[in-house]
Amino acid sequence: MYGLGLIKGLGITLKNILFLQRRNTTQYPDRKASIIDLAKLDNKNFISYAFTNPMKTLKSMMGMIVISDKVDQHPRFRGEEFSWYEERCTGCASCAKFCPLGIIKIVTDQTGKNYAEGQNYDIETFDIDIGRCMFCGLCVEACPYDALHMGSGFEEGQYKRNDLVIDVERLKKAEKKPSHWFRPQLEQKDDYSPFDEEIAWDKVGRHQKPSKKDLKNKWIRK
Amino acid sequence: MISFNTLNLFLVDLLSFLPDKLVFTISGLIMSVAICTFLIGLGSVYTWFERRVIARFQNRSGPNRWGPFGILQPIADAVKLLIKEDIIPATADKMVFIAAPIIFLCTTLLVYAFLPLGIDSQLGNINVALLFVLGITSVNALSVFMAGWASRNKYATLGAIRAVAMLISYEVPMAISLMGIVMVSQSLSLVGIVSAQSNIPFIILQPLGAITFMIAAIAEMSRAPFDMIESESELIGGYITEYAGMKFAVFQLSEFLAPIFTASLFTVLFLGGSNPLKFLEFLPIPGILWFASKSFVITAILLWFRSTWPRLRIDQIMGFAWKVLMPAAILNTLLVGLELVFIRDNYILQIIINMLIFVVFIYLIANILGQKRLKLKEPVPSELANMDA
Repeated sequence: MYGLGLIKGLGITLKNILFLQRRNTTQYPDRKASIIDLAKLDNKNFISYAFTNPMKTLKSMMGMIVISDKVDQHPRFRGEEFSWYEERCTGCASCAKFCPLGIIKIVTDQTGKNYAEGQNYDIETFDIDIGRCMFCGLCVEACPYDALHMGSGFEEGQYKRNDLVIDVERLKKAEKKPSHWFRPQLEQKDDYSPFDEEIAWDKVGRHQKPSKKDLKNKWIRK
Repeated sequence: MISFNTLNLFLVDLLSFLPDKLVFTISGLIMSVAICTFLIGLGSVYTWFERRVIARFQNRSGPNRWGPFGILQPIADAVKLLIKEDIIPATADKMVFIAAPIIFLCTTLLVYAFLPLGIDSQLGNINVALLFVLGITSVNALSVFMAGWASRNKYATLGAIRAVAMLISYEVPMAISLMGIVMVSQSLSLVGIVSAQSNIPFIILQPLGAITFMIAAIAEMSRAPFDMIESESELIGGYITEYAGMKFAVFQLSEFLAPIFTASLFTVLFLGGSNPLKFLEFLPIPGILWFASKSFVITAILLWFRSTWPRLRIDQIMGFAWKVLMPAAILNTLLVGLELVFIRDNYILQIIINMLIFVVFIYLIANILGQKRLKLKEPVPSELANMDA
């Protein structure tokens, strides 16, 4: 019979409101905390929590307590701020050469200092214009020393276009939370997730930086 | 018990030093301003309620940022709309453009002039109140067309043309479906209709008329599934395309007042208004609370419909008005007329006959009109397509 679908639809929506089904909305950047959330933060049963903190319970029922919430994110997310390890970078500028938009500018120290063996160039300029970046990740693929990684954040909105250029100071200061993208060695590390902790420069590479002794041996063999 | 009449008498006593006509005018003005203020406040709270409840129906959250449960959302909306730039299009017909929202709001508010909100609680009691209500609700078709025409915008004009076609079509079954209760209660005054339902509410006596009136009223206030007029996704808002700021707020407000008004009218006409339910008569609840709770239930049902059903096409809307609602309304009138002649005092038999015919009519209509399916041609591949290669 025609029209039964309408009644079925009414049944579905009635079920939604009567049994207060789970909401599909994801609250961002923070959400109103219910008693159960607060009790979970305190590692308590929510009934005992409600008896011990009645004021907070009442407030949370009124929706006046806000907690910030981490949204589930894929570890291979290609985030906006790049994680760059100064110690690993040799200034070869592979990333700049592979960038299809040419938005990476990299300049090494031009004073002509004599460096000791195995020492890197100083990087004077490392500008990435993320206002024009399309996050293809070719620069990360190109890096032979695993010095440049995609980041994991996405809240880099700015009011001016100029502020979107990430310079070397910002790269040095930025949190080192590299994404797993094109870095299988990070994915194999079970104890590292890009959103929880930082990771040091000597733990991100496929191969470790050779010690001075190793380098000497190499030179002698040649 | 406080009713509007006692309040009015109190005001008249207070102003008794003035001449008689002035006393009447001033007390009437004070009462109507109070009612209008209350209604507008209720309308703005209702926007929050509607958004919140519909969100829960659809597994969403609704407004929840500003205040506990997001209850201060109407204030935020009002402030935002009031400080916006008030744009009038350069080619618009300025006078008509400005007048349209005012007429829309006035007609919505005017309905409450003769609506009995409780026992002895109405601003006025005229003997043709039902006719007045039907007439004043059709004026909103005019204001919708004024808004669309004066905007000088093709979307607005198209929306307005659709609106007028739809509103006028649904006006007819709405009026005819009310003939049944007028015949039974032998009165056009709303107070008379309420008192005629002291034994048995008309929704039980005339289910066909009640459902016809309900559907036609939903179409009259142009809400989902009959919100063809606005249809945000197709007509970018219809007649309110060019409106912004204060005027848009007035349109929105009267649109959110419409369900409240429809619910109260349905309560008065079919649910017995301020009469208590038969089996709860012993409870000491004032009539106005009965009225409010019945209207609340009807409002919730309207929200339920709105949150569930998708929008109809324009041809479906017009076909539904003339092919389904119109016969239903006429059948209801015919039935009630015959029953009044032959079995006037036998309520039980009337209820049984009407219920049976209601079910059979719905079943027949669903089977006759429902089986039409679009017969699409079998797709034939073009000879140029070379499907085998």
